[in-house]
Amino acid sequence: MADVKVGDKRDQVVIERVTRTHIVKYAGTSGDYNPLHHDDEFAQKAGYPSVFAHGMLSMGLTGRMLTDWFGAVALRKYGVRFTKQVFPGEQLTAHGEVTAIAEENGEKRAVVHVWTTNSAGETVVDGEAVAAV
Amino acid sequence: MAEPLITAETRAVIGVESDPVSHEVTRMGIRMFARAVGHTDRVYYDVDAARAAGYRDLPCPPGYLGTPVFDPELTDTTTSRRKAAPTMRTSRPLARRLAGGSTIEYLTDICAGDELVQRTAIASIEERDASLGQMLIVTTQSTFTNQDGTVVAVVQGTGIQY
Repeated sequence: MADVKVGDKRDQVVIERVTRTHIVKYAGTSGDYNPLHHDDEFAQKAGYPSVFAHGMLSMGLTGRMLTDWFGAVALRKYGVRFTKQVFPGEQLTAHGEVTAIAEENGEKRAVVHVWTTNSAGETVVDGEAVAAV
Repeated sequence: MAEPLITAETRAVIGVESDPVSHEVTRMGIRMFARAVGHTDRVYYDVDAARAAGYRDLPCPPGYLGTPVFDPELTDTTTSRRKAAPTMRTSRPLARRLAGGSTIEYLTDICAGDELVQRTAIASIEERDASLGQMLIVTTQSTFTNQDGTVVAVVQGTGIQY
């Protein structure tokens, strides 16, 4: 990874179509059983068109772009804001762009702007990662 | 302008540390999480592949910090809510909550077999009037300490209540 430089980019489809099954799988693995994420009736009463994915599911899906790029344990920091709900049927594409290279704790690190867009091109996750390179 | 949600009683919970929550980092938990978010790298599934790549055991995928150890005396079996979590009192009850974001700082590697203890405190509470109406932005900070007493991760979470 020694050749990583500012301006390097990556775009990766991290899920072709979000389904309720994906959302339920994430609920099971995370233990987050908020009914907004699996009970359509509950979600509609709360004013949403349907259930939607956990923000942490979008973060985890986006994380795959980072580990495919930098390796499984290269991340030193990974933070995002959930900027828009992700509904069943959407495709998500994760994007990354190296914005800085820095030396910290005796290792070379890349600072990466990370964001994920839905089928309509709207940003659903936006943040930054720091990876050892 | 509606009455402010934040009262002196609301602010009283800032900095109060929760009871520690144990998390087990297990191979099964890592495989389930990796599968749920679509990882295809074998290091998350195959111990030999993980060791060949230089890891102690299956490494945690981003976003996974072990599975909280379930205790029926501490956690509601249906909602998964902690029964003893400090209650944040506002001027009127807030029924809804959404996750606003999360930042994980990794201080060292975390692999299957590790046992982590999470300690959480509310770091800040802010009130805003936005698309959802009157709402609170609650930031929490959690530290995760492993079996050797080493802090392995610090997580800042942002929650929205309205």
